[in-house]
Amino acid sequence: MTMDITLDRPGPARPVGVAENQGASYLCASGQVAARTLKKNVRTPALIVAGTAQGVLFLLIFRYVFGGAVAHLGNLSYVDFLVPGFVVTGVLFQGMGAASGVADDLEGGLFDRLRSLPIRLLSIITGRVGADSALVAWGVIVMTAVGFAVGFRVGGSTPDALAALGLTILYGFAFVWMFIFMGLAAGSPQAAQGLSFLVFPLSFVSSAYVPVSTMPGWMQGFATNQPMTQMVNTVRLLTGGPAVEQLLGHPVSYYLVPSLLWTVGLVAVFAPLAVWKLKRS
Amino acid sequence: MHALIEADGLSKQFGKVEALTELSLTLPAGQPVAILGPNGAGKTTFIRMVATLIQPDRGTLMVSGHDVVRDPMAVRRMIGLAGQSAAVEEMMTGRENLVMVARLYGQGRAEAVASSERILEQMHLVDAADRRVKTYSGGMRRRLDLGASLVGSPRLLLLDEPTTGLDPGSRNEVWDGIRDMSRSGTDILLTTQYLDEADHLAAYIVIIDEGRVVAQGTPDELKSRVGADMVELHTVDVPTMQRAAEVLGALGMTAPSTDAATRRCSLAAPGGSRLLPVVVRALDDAAVPVEDITLRRPTLDEVFLALTGRNTDTDPTSPEEDAA
Ligand SMILES: Nc1ncnc2c1ncn2[C@@H]1O[C@H](COP(=O)(O)OP(=O)(O)OP(=O)(O)O)[C@@H](O)[C@H]1O
Ligand SMILES: [Mg+2]
Repeated sequence: MTMDITLDRPGPARPVGVAENQGASYLCASGQVAARTLKKNVRTPALIVAGTAQGVLFLLIFRYVFGGAVAHLGNLSYVDFLVPGFVVTGVLFQGMGAASGVADDLEGGLFDRLRSLPIRLLSIITGRVGADSALVAWGVIVMTAVGFAVGFRVGGSTPDALAALGLTILYGFAFVWMFIFMGLAAGSPQAAQGLSFLVFPLSFVSSAYVPVSTMPGWMQGFATNQPMTQMVNTVRLLTGGPAVEQLLGHPVSYYLVPSLLWTVGLVAVFAPLAVWKLKRS
Repeated sequence: MHALIEADGLSKQFGKVEALTELSLTLPAGQPVAILGPNGAGKTTFIRMVATLIQPDRGTLMVSGHDVVRDPMAVRRMIGLAGQSAAVEEMMTGRENLVMVARLYGQGRAEAVASSERILEQMHLVDAADRRVKTYSGGMRRRLDLGASLVGSPRLLLLDEPTTGLDPGSRNEVWDGIRDMSRSGTDILLTTQYLDEADHLAAYIVIIDEGRVVAQGTPDELKSRVGADMVELHTVDVPTMQRAAEVLGALGMTAPSTDAATRRCSLAAPGGSRLLPVVVRALDDAAVPVEDITLRRPTLDEVFLALTGRNTDTDPTSPEEDAA
């Protein structure tokens, strides 16, 4: 049964001059959402400390447990081989938190309020991405510092090494888009955490910890072409100098171009997907 | 002049559940409206649709002449939403939450700080303003959430069960706040499971059940829709109440209803005041003692029962469990 009853009783008149809310600009809205996410993270120090401590612990284990078995690869010491791989794949472990974080936001109702405000949906996502990328950058810098502490040394030029650091953070930013989409698609923080296990094959079945040539043939196809290997080798070449060039047998551009294509591709694919998902959640 | 809300054939399905079924509704601006319905009636689904958070599968929904699907931004410019669960950031202070929402509405820094201050006062949160929301009680959180929906001075305020989980004192404060907003010209659409809340706050009530409108009108209209006045009597114990019910039943009119907890027995009285002496005489003849006997208009509970054939199952003391 449906009814259409319109009351013709006049209500109190609206006060004149009640303007509509124009809404924050795209940049301002992103900034507000990013600031909120950063505050939330910084004020939950346990989260950051635990994440960072875990990274440091794994780096020490790889450096001193595996480092004993694999002393050198060609003219390259294992620590110089390992640290670029470790720091680059570390962006996955740092970025993973974005997936459960955004799923948490969705569940908590805060996103309902944000979505009801006169701001663009994309600004909610870019705000989150900005804050999560800052956390990834923090992780990259800490891991790099620890890397130096356990014996890693730059074999090439300093500008190249700085470029490597920047590229690693940029890669982290690109992957955060993927994690944000995964978090929105998962629906719950637990499910998001489950999806994040994808990072294990991505980080371990790569050139990050051991040379791809030591893996079984069927695995090499994936390991050689997947995005982590491309960026790990780029960073290795930029920081390792001649010893790495000898080991890999390719110039930087061979790995840098696919890395940049992956960066653009990840953002181009996951940004619209994330907006689409947020619209429908 | 557009109607505040114009819904036509709205349907929404979640998996197998039909949350809204061909819901049509026209609400004029200028008076507070309550959507009343039991758990799962579709209240939240409807509010979320008005707030542009979900889109209908079928049908159209216009808010002040703006289509929620085709022009959601126009709708968002005029609304403030306080959803069923408090949408605030726990790790920020109350003030930070309000300033953030004010900035997102498009206010400048100074303006946002000023309007947050005003809301903190209005919601009695000044003392807790600089504490993290994590340390707030449920009622304080709810008040902050309501405040956040007001900080942009929206033309239309959407409140999904605004007093669920509040103690009676806070509930009265929220009621006062809603009435103030309404008087100052803000349109209000709220949902509630509490009949007394709808009765107190709304000038117009829409009763929905299983995704459909089952009745709408002013509280008085709805009460008279059920028709008859009620004769209600109060007895000293339950056996006496049952005997009284038998006597009333034997009058051959409608079936009387009883409530053992309050030892009350009531009977729809189509004859109004003329029935009262008949009832008194019959009870007297049967020698059933009663504590008191009154003639009254039906409550909204009875309206609901009459319209849906079901009780409302509302218990104001237990907080909402399934926040959908
Ligand atoms: N996202 C969802 N996924 C699946 N089912 C849903 C979803 N949202 C609502 N429903 C279902 O749709 C129906 C209507 O839900 P809705 O939340 O609108 O009811 P309500 O009137 O707000 O109830 P309550 O008083 O409990 O808040 C319910 O049966 C509910 O289970
Ligand atoms: Mg609800």
